[in-house]
Amino acid sequence: MKLNILYFAWVRERVGHSRETVETDAATVADLVVELLQRDEGCAAAFADMSAICVAVDQELGELTTHLKDSCEVAFFPPMTGG
Amino acid sequence: MVTRVQEAAFDFSVEVNNFQAKVKSAGALVTFTGIVRDDSGGLDYMHIEHYPAMTEAALQKIETQAINKFGLEDALVIHRYGILTPGETIMMVATAARHRKDAFAGADYLMDYLKSRAPFWKKEVSKDHTEWVQAKSTDEAALAAWSRVPKA
Repeated sequence: MKLNILYFAWVRERVGHSRETVETDAATVADLVVELLQRDEGCAAAFADMSAICVAVDQELGELTTHLKDSCEVAFFPPMTGG
Repeated sequence: MVTRVQEAAFDFSVEVNNFQAKVKSAGALVTFTGIVRDDSGGLDYMHIEHYPAMTEAALQKIETQAINKFGLEDALVIHRYGILTPGETIMMVATAARHRKDAFAGADYLMDYLKSRAPFWKKEVSKDHTEWVQAKSTDEAALAAWSRVPKA
């Protein structure tokens, strides 16, 4: 299946780009993170500490256990600092 | 209920007057304004990034929660993104309620949730230093504390 992945703030800076489409069989966010971690140095640096990263699936906050569906949008970012 | 996400500056007094004119049933109106602060004296600007597809829905969800929890007559949230210099207004909230306690609590609740549940990220840029503003552990603790406050 295809996933649309977005990166924000320092996660984007470490990964090196703000969006991409990936072909994957990852069933959950955790599976996807494992795949990304192994891909290159930028991703390894971005995902080294998952406790420092939040995820949203189809614009709703999720967790590592959140299931992924074909063509869903997965966004990775640091804890939010609005206000 | 109004939520706005915009790059452009807004006029606080115009926004407050418009908000007040719409809420005839309220006896109390509370506002909060967030301003770019320059602690070091060397801040050039703050760059606020957001997640456009998610931001508006996240703000609406937070606003609806605040209205329901405190029985607010209405609420307003305006949040800017882009490049903002020290002293510029980043955002504002306004709450209207029949009585002041709910208006104050509603505004406080809105701010706590906007801080950690609205998809914005702030980067502070100075001549020789660039740094992402980090969330604090007290931010999450503030949200947990609200779950112990009963519905008005």
